Amino acid sequence: MTQKTAKTNTKSLIEVNQLDSAYGDRQVLNDINLSVNEGEILVIMGGSGSGKSTLLKNMLGLMPPSAGEILFDGLNICDANRSQLSKLRRSMGVAFQGGALLSSMSVGDNIKLPLRQHTDLDENTISIMSRLKLELMNLADYEDLMPSELSGGMLKRAGLARAVIMDPKILFFDEPSAGLDPVTSVELDQLILQLRTAMNMTIIVVTHELESAFTIADRIAVLFDGELVITGTVDEIKACTDSRVINLINRTPRDIQLDADQYLSRLTKGAE
Amino acid sequence: MSFDCTEYLQYTVLHLTGEVDLSNSSKVRSCLLEILDQGKSVIVDFSTLTYIDSSGMATLVEGLNIANKNNLSLFIAAANGAPLQVIELTRLNQVFTLVNAVEDIKE
Repeated sequence: MTQKTAKTNTKSLIEVNQLDSAYGDRQVLNDINLSVNEGEILVIMGGSGSGKSTLLKNMLGLMPPSAGEILFDGLNICDANRSQLSKLRRSMGVAFQGGALLSSMSVGDNIKLPLRQHTDLDENTISIMSRLKLELMNLADYEDLMPSELSGGMLKRAGLARAVIMDPKILFFDEPSAGLDPVTSVELDQLILQLRTAMNMTIIVVTHELESAFTIADRIAVLFDGELVITGTVDEIKACTDSRVINLINRTPRDIQLDADQYLSRLTKGAE
Repeated sequence: MSFDCTEYLQYTVLHLTGEVDLSNSSKVRSCLLEILDQGKSVIVDFSTLTYIDSSGMATLVEGLNIANKNNLSLFIAAANGAPLQVIELTRLNQVFTLVNAVEDIKE
């Protein structure tokens, strides 16, 4: 089993400064400040609706923040032009929650797609690279199948194979363990650790799975209602006295306090 | 990344230096395939290699396959650090013959 070894550099690869993000009038993230060091596994945790997926979208440049900046190696992606963003994205891999494979292509062709689009590698090299990644994900026999023929866990692993096909410098992974059986989940955690060690990847994982986070993270950033409560090592998170973090770790259900009049008003809005 | 070739016994030694990645693995591939095309067995020397990505490893896998089909040999020598971890991660240590140093290979 691969041990978690913090071989991270202190060089900051990603800086998120004073970031606000909103959907229309609804503020989702508020004054987020976060840095990710080169070679680090940073886990972004928080309950549903805490803003972690929005932060991921902002970091990927898929959604512009309403304020603040996101620097990759000094480049502010909020101000970057198309060519700079395109170059940056070639150094990134993204594994989406459901795999996000193209349904019209076989698993193998999905995985080869980034190489065919962005490199001039020989087709023999591309095929072997694709099979190496499929082997790594225990999907060796599934190259010729269509995505619709895979289970949820297989789709997730195939998505990860495509995300790492170009050996990216930075890997973003949205909810790696969600929907997986416990054994596959542990195997995926080990794979994430191995990828970091062997390929020196910087990995940002968004999850609400505590066990997985504590296994893989060098540091954990905890979001609550759009605010960054704490960023720290696993030990620091476990020792945190903030009630929001304690509730998250102890899986304590939120005690939702309602204003009776406002609640009734919401329920009867528009009614005669 | 740079590479050069020397001769050792009946082998051509392909010395890789620095980082082999998507931007330069095609050059390594051309060189490797040319050596094999000449009917020579190869030792790929990793002693001064600091990084190799999967395009580099795929190139060596293709080379090994050609070598096997033509009764030639392809060894990897002096793999250590991150390149060795890549070989182990991809389980290619079960496919390639790894030796500690070029000089460990006898006729």
